[in-house]
Amino acid sequence: MSPVQRDPRGGGPGATTPAQEDQVLTVFERSRPGRRAFSAPELDVPERPLDELLPERLRRREEARLPELAEPEIVRHYNRLSKRNFDLDTGFYPLGSCTMKHNPKLHERVAALPGNARLHPLQDPRRAQGALELMWRLQGALGEIAGLQHVSLQPSAGSHGELLGVLLTRAYHEDRGEHRTKVLTPDTAHGTNPATVTMAGYELVKVGTADDGGVDLDDLRAKADDDVACFMLTNPNTLGLFDSNIEEIARIVHAAGATLYYDGANLNAVTGISRPGDMGFDIVHFNLHKTFTQPHGGGGPGAGPIAVSDRIEPYLPRPQVVRLGADNGAEPRFDLDFDRPKSVGRLRGFQGNYGVFVRSYAYIRSLGAEGLREMSETAVLNANYLLALLRREGIAEYLPVAYDRLCMHEFVLSGAPMKRELKLRTLDLAKRLLDHGVHPPTVYFPLLVDEALLIEPTETETKETLDAFAESIAAILREAREDPEIARNAPYTTPVRRLDEATAARRPVIRQPL
Amino acid sequence: MADADYPADLLYHPDHDWARVEGDSATFGITWYAQDQLGEVVFFEPPAKGTQVTQCEPYTEVESVKAVSDVIAPLSGEVVEVNAALGDKPEAINDEPYGAGWMVKVRLTDAAETEALMDAAAYRSSLD
Amino acid sequence: MTTYTSLTDADRREMLEAIGVGTVDALFEAIPESVRLGRALDMPPGLGEAEVHAELRELASRNVSADDELCFLGAGMYDHYVPALIDSIVARSEFLTPYTPYQPEISQGGLQVMFEYQTAICELTGLPVSNASVYEGPSAVGAAGYMARLHNGRSKFVVSRGVHPHSRETLATLSAGYGTEVVEVALRDGATDPEALAAAIDEETAAVFLQQPNFLGSVEDLEALAPVAKATGALLVCACDPLPLGVLRPPGDFAVDVAVGEGQSLGNRLDFGGPSFGFFAATQELLRRMPGRIAGETTDVDGRRGFVLTLQTREQHIRRERATSNICTAQALNALAGVVYLSWLGRRGLVELGELLLQRTAYARSRLAEIDGVELLHEQPVVREFALALDAPVDRVIERCAAEGVNPGYPLGRDYPEHADCLLVALTEQRSRADIDRLADVLGRAVAAERRTAAAGVGA
Repeated sequence: MSPVQRDPRGGGPGATTPAQEDQVLTVFERSRPGRRAFSAPELDVPERPLDELLPERLRRREEARLPELAEPEIVRHYNRLSKRNFDLDTGFYPLGSCTMKHNPKLHERVAALPGNARLHPLQDPRRAQGALELMWRLQGALGEIAGLQHVSLQPSAGSHGELLGVLLTRAYHEDRGEHRTKVLTPDTAHGTNPATVTMAGYELVKVGTADDGGVDLDDLRAKADDDVACFMLTNPNTLGLFDSNIEEIARIVHAAGATLYYDGANLNAVTGISRPGDMGFDIVHFNLHKTFTQPHGGGGPGAGPIAVSDRIEPYLPRPQVVRLGADNGAEPRFDLDFDRPKSVGRLRGFQGNYGVFVRSYAYIRSLGAEGLREMSETAVLNANYLLALLRREGIAEYLPVAYDRLCMHEFVLSGAPMKRELKLRTLDLAKRLLDHGVHPPTVYFPLLVDEALLIEPTETETKETLDAFAESIAAILREAREDPEIARNAPYTTPVRRLDEATAARRPVIRQPL
Repeated sequence: MADADYPADLLYHPDHDWARVEGDSATFGITWYAQDQLGEVVFFEPPAKGTQVTQCEPYTEVESVKAVSDVIAPLSGEVVEVNAALGDKPEAINDEPYGAGWMVKVRLTDAAETEALMDAAAYRSSLD
Repeated sequence: MTTYTSLTDADRREMLEAIGVGTVDALFEAIPESVRLGRALDMPPGLGEAEVHAELRELASRNVSADDELCFLGAGMYDHYVPALIDSIVARSEFLTPYTPYQPEISQGGLQVMFEYQTAICELTGLPVSNASVYEGPSAVGAAGYMARLHNGRSKFVVSRGVHPHSRETLATLSAGYGTEVVEVALRDGATDPEALAAAIDEETAAVFLQQPNFLGSVEDLEALAPVAKATGALLVCACDPLPLGVLRPPGDFAVDVAVGEGQSLGNRLDFGGPSFGFFAATQELLRRMPGRIAGETTDVDGRRGFVLTLQTREQHIRRERATSNICTAQALNALAGVVYLSWLGRRGLVELGELLLQRTAYARSRLAEIDGVELLHEQPVVREFALALDAPVDRVIERCAAEGVNPGYPLGRDYPEHADCLLVALTEQRSRADIDRLADVLGRAVAAERRTAAAGVGA
């Protein structure tokens, strides 16, 4: 993008871009009485008076005021809306902790096969063998990646898998007659951990972070007593750093009789290289919408399967996908096993997000053992290369890396010097990046780093893209040294500019008044 | 938003709350520093009249766009009046933290608790 | 093998030099040898796209889908027609591939979709506030329970036996963490027994759960049940099947505090159970306690209309342990399909579809009840699903029907031991009169054959 395009205020005060001129109407505002898209089939059964079928006192009196449009207008409306979104198929999306890697197009095709898309969840298992076998194979692959062979595909998202993990821990302790009340997490943990812990009926206790970015072992030793049910962490952690003390951490936690839970959000860094099961974790969750490239969909769907050790296996939710009868040379068949007396029960309906399993399974089959390892190696290489670019003069003095080590698949910069020297906040940098046609990295997370910028390029980006991103950062800082007001009022070229979030929260308007 | 300001006639709690003592009652609110840290306040719900508040303990919450914060009682007592206007205009907490942004009025239970609070100068220097 | 990466050897050399290490392996020095895998993953090598496609096709071919048989299976997910425009809209990269809208300036498409979806759900349920969707039906019921618990601090959930078995089980599983007790209320003649409901409710009841229509297809009398449920100030949660709301009085007409439900029927595929979406609507008082994402309207610095995620202080990333849920996400793409579907169906279409379902279901119900050995399990009013009692082992009847390419419905005995040999039959607009007549024919012959077998003393 040329400098002139990035700064349309060169066209005079209040100048707008074409993207900004498009008038915003909702589908309800485009509605006109009498327009329609759906036409009901002719009534082919004998018509009976409605009162006979449904007494008037049960019948709806006022129609739901849904929109009234014909198909062409519906299609135009949503197409126009789509063009007001930036997306991964269009540009670089280095959101730390989200693993925004390319979504292979094959996956949509296989998910849409009628044998998958039109399969009812309560179909007899004998007539759903393809689906159950796919789930069983996916379980096996995830188990091998985790180093823990017992897998449940049920949870719908990472935080859902996390909740299941803590409930499994509770069931495990209670089955042994132990009543523990605390769960430990590092103070760098993702926001979902405290909420999950409370929902599972535990009290959250934070463990400090050492100067090198890993867990403070002394603090952990002090806090890991026999009232602790579980220690939840991820490795590499949310700072993008691999904690080399992981075996000692596992020893401390297990000696206290607690379980060790792995948040798999950062699996993209270590797949095929190191396995959480081998590091000593008891429960691992995966984010199929991160490492295993289920498309993010603008905020869901995803899936959060878990893998557990032998001692946790009895408590897994029902149903479990099992394989039967393969031992004596007979054709193996697959089934749903509901007979699990110690199971915690279930966290949702049916078997989980099968459409997501299809995509992730296709991905694992495409990459295979070698490809999965290469995925992680390339993710870590791309991240370290981008970090090296950003440690150059002109950038590093304003956005220093928070921890002076090789990173894994992501890294954290601190905008504190930029704020001090240039009066520019991480937020302003992010908004100005929008004018450069990229999605900004994650901002203000992890909380431990002041004015944090968490960057994860993923393995599917080219070297040129990383070079261009570093150049955008350098250009914004150069511009800010001249005139920080530009970034403080950015963006300029997007469909809307900065939005009034305070009014939206003070006087919420969350539906169209009709 | 006003500039940094810590009126001399108020007493201050280290958790960034102020008290204006008048006889056996006091008015509470949060300081300029607190509202600046929070950012634009979007929601505030006072506790009910009659609630007992305890010095150094939270008695309600204040929300900005990106944060939720406990509001700490600088002194102990019983809530006798609340600032209902903050329901419609929570931004008063940012614009006039010591005036229209007042939160509750309390009948004090122990006047001696004021000894634990700081004056404006001490509070201001504690912020550095 | 396909990896979707782009680095050439030349790229790698340059990059390693810029980093200042000799090999890619050196980047992993922080990982101790003792926790390194040290071998290849034990799984097959990767395949090219065509080979992967062939394998996935083979697996899919071993599933009997609603394309392969006449499907009267319901029990929470339904084989409705998904119009083609939904396929093309949700396939658009701009909807399929972005993340949650944390940078609203470049996410106006997705945020406006959420706002429109929230509006549509409010209209459907008759309640004033809605979030942007949750995972699916049963977990939405669970989330409503947690919200009630935080709202009133009470410790008991009272649940009708007419609520979907998966929702009841989810509530029980979550209650182990929430610290709540779950009490079940019996059905009488296929509907929630008002006396049993009244007897179960006390001052410790945090929430009461009903389903409309209930799992056995019955339309519950919410006008009579709601005051009973609310007698001690508990929250009333109603789990609804969305399409019957075209003809049924919506939860907002009664003293319902929270309306949740499974959204799959609204423009989403069966997909062997997921992904779909759950909807979650509530009264104004509960707005600041609602879980999940919410989009709100606002303006930008130039006065343009725009949308943002709002009321984020409810959520886990800010309120952390005091959040009303740990939910990080919505089901944005599935909710998009939902609002497009509701726009396609339209104001009149929702009513017409509901009336069509009423007529065809009534026809199916009376035709099947005429069969010897088949009786209605209950005579409550129904909209699109009803229960039959068979004088024959239901599993064997189903097998006979399956052999003729008909899936007659769900065997209720799996979840309701008191209704062994009962069948739950569901209708959608895709099941025509001819389809219903075929079901009657196949089911009739299957039941007759099994009764003959039993009478002859033959069995396996």
